[in-house]
Amino acid sequence: MYRYDEFDHAFVKARVDQFRDQVERRLSGGLTEEQFKPLRLMNGVYLQLHAYMLRIAIPYGTLAPRQMRMLAHVARDYDKGYGHFTTRQNLQFHWPALKDIPEILNKLASVEMHCIQTSGNCIRNVTADHFAGAAADEVADPRPYAEILRQWSSLHPEFSYLPRKFKIAVTGAERDRAAVQVHDIGLHLKKNAAGRLGFAVYVGGGLGRTPMVAKKVREFLPEEDLLSYTTAILRVYNLHGRRDNKFKARIKILVHETGTEELTAQIEKEFAALKESELKLPEADIRAIDAYFEPPALPARPEGDAAVAEAAARDSGFADWLRRNLHTHKDPNYASVTISLKGIGEVPGDISADQMDAVADLAERYGFDEIRVSHEQNLVLPHVARADLKAVFDRLVEIGLATANAGLVTDIISCPGMDYCALATARSIPVAQQISTRFAEQARQNDIGDLKIKISGCINACGHHHVGHIGILGLEKKGVEFYQVTLGGSGDENTSIGEIVGRGFGEDEIVGAVETIVDTYLAHRQDKSETFLAAYRRLGVTPFKEALYGGEAKAA
Amino acid sequence: MKLLTANRLSDGEAVWLGSGERWVESIDQAELARDKEAQERLEQIGREAQARDEVVDVNLIDVDLVDGKARPIRLRERIRAAGPTIHHQLGKQARKTAIAPV
Repeated sequence: MYRYDEFDHAFVKARVDQFRDQVERRLSGGLTEEQFKPLRLMNGVYLQLHAYMLRIAIPYGTLAPRQMRMLAHVARDYDKGYGHFTTRQNLQFHWPALKDIPEILNKLASVEMHCIQTSGNCIRNVTADHFAGAAADEVADPRPYAEILRQWSSLHPEFSYLPRKFKIAVTGAERDRAAVQVHDIGLHLKKNAAGRLGFAVYVGGGLGRTPMVAKKVREFLPEEDLLSYTTAILRVYNLHGRRDNKFKARIKILVHETGTEELTAQIEKEFAALKESELKLPEADIRAIDAYFEPPALPARPEGDAAVAEAAARDSGFADWLRRNLHTHKDPNYASVTISLKGIGEVPGDISADQMDAVADLAERYGFDEIRVSHEQNLVLPHVARADLKAVFDRLVEIGLATANAGLVTDIISCPGMDYCALATARSIPVAQQISTRFAEQARQNDIGDLKIKISGCINACGHHHVGHIGILGLEKKGVEFYQVTLGGSGDENTSIGEIVGRGFGEDEIVGAVETIVDTYLAHRQDKSETFLAAYRRLGVTPFKEALYGGEAKAA
Repeated sequence: MKLLTANRLSDGEAVWLGSGERWVESIDQAELARDKEAQERLEQIGREAQARDEVVDVNLIDVDLVDGKARPIRLRERIRAAGPTIHHQLGKQARKTAIAPV
């Protein structure tokens, strides 16, 4: 993975010292809250319902064991012993004291981590496919490009005060696992007919109160033009993006109001002026960053298949886990392992300090020192020998992280919601916990198959409900929580925004409504190979509406 | 009826204004404002505390009395008072005295 050079270390340390001084001045009255608030936000510090919240950037979701151990240390010594992985591959601590945050940042800097640009109207943490560098279907590793974008965008003077926040995602396989079409810029790495690397470029995707699927503005952008083209997009946005209305300030609104053709013309014009500038990436520089992401040397472990088959025959729990929590690796002796942070009835994305340490141990012992965070709020060990899978599974069972549910109905994305967040209109975590408990039985989950439920506690959609196969949005009406359901959303290479199914459901009705939807799918699917999403796309909303609202099939 | 709430500047802890102009960590010890005059007095104390950099995000909130205890009307404020409705073993939600928010 990328290692800080001297410049990076000095840069992050200077930032920590600067923030320490700002916090001291705030606490001693030298800065007012009005003056301090933008400064703390630039360092990832929010004030929520119960306490401050610190959001730590995990660039493109890649973590080293020593970094995970530092997160465990911070959780234990400065928080309440746990952390929360978010839908943007970041980690949030929900209870740090402001007076301790400079020291937390100092400790994070010692393991090459920081909180810069995890808030504010700037370019946020660049996200990527969590199986990057390991997936069998990958064209190339997207992370070197994400790293180039990170370096270029960090404290970029021109793009630190954009009309609104700006999110970039990069994926490197045909199958899009980074939801690039719901980002401000989505980059889909590919090779052209001549075998050159480049990107399909999408602009103007986003969720929130106005969900939109991004428009493709370039079929193929050569890799050396990455920064000049991105700069061109941001210049057009920075100039024309709306600053008069916060709710219309994202680039998706500019794309929508300007029209894709006209906006593309503006971007291309800007790009023409930048193409041969210093932003053009020299081949040597790209390859130098590439070198940081060289895959580990994986020894041949041909004994894996026999070992796995033998263990799976003896242990049905292991067999279930193998079926759901593995992803095909480039090297057939290896697999990428999803560590589910969605234990039945647990809080999605939460992990205790002890579990963090144990995952770090596993990554060191069996995973070539690599851990990934997925935007689906799980962890990944990208390179595990198949021969070691049983040992990894057994240890995960011991630490309570062996739930065999990746991609199943209980693998629910949920934002923190009103249990923590000052913006929330309803709780989301308890709804996720109740659904998870209702569908706990493994055989039932296996029968239902692939199904993504995503829950947001307000219209800002941090829980990505618009792209959930079943999306749930928590709102408040007359002081009472209620939940609006959308169906048919998807955040992959065939991105779609879910459709609202009808009137919302009360807190005591929503789990029953989800069960009705799932039962309707089971009753209507052609056979087990037709997934929920495929069935919904074939059937449309009508049978689900009827089941939820019509005749006898009232929502429970 | 109303009472005054804020977050303490140094650690962000949710606090309520109690008797003797002290910020307390339990809503049970908050001072109730039963009329306009009392509300204005609480607000004035809040502004002064904010100016002294003791607290931030000062707000007057609506409450009912339930079994002699203040219960905020809005769920958001009930959760602030009782702690998150999850992780029952941690934080203020683990306190026996907390009124259930839902």
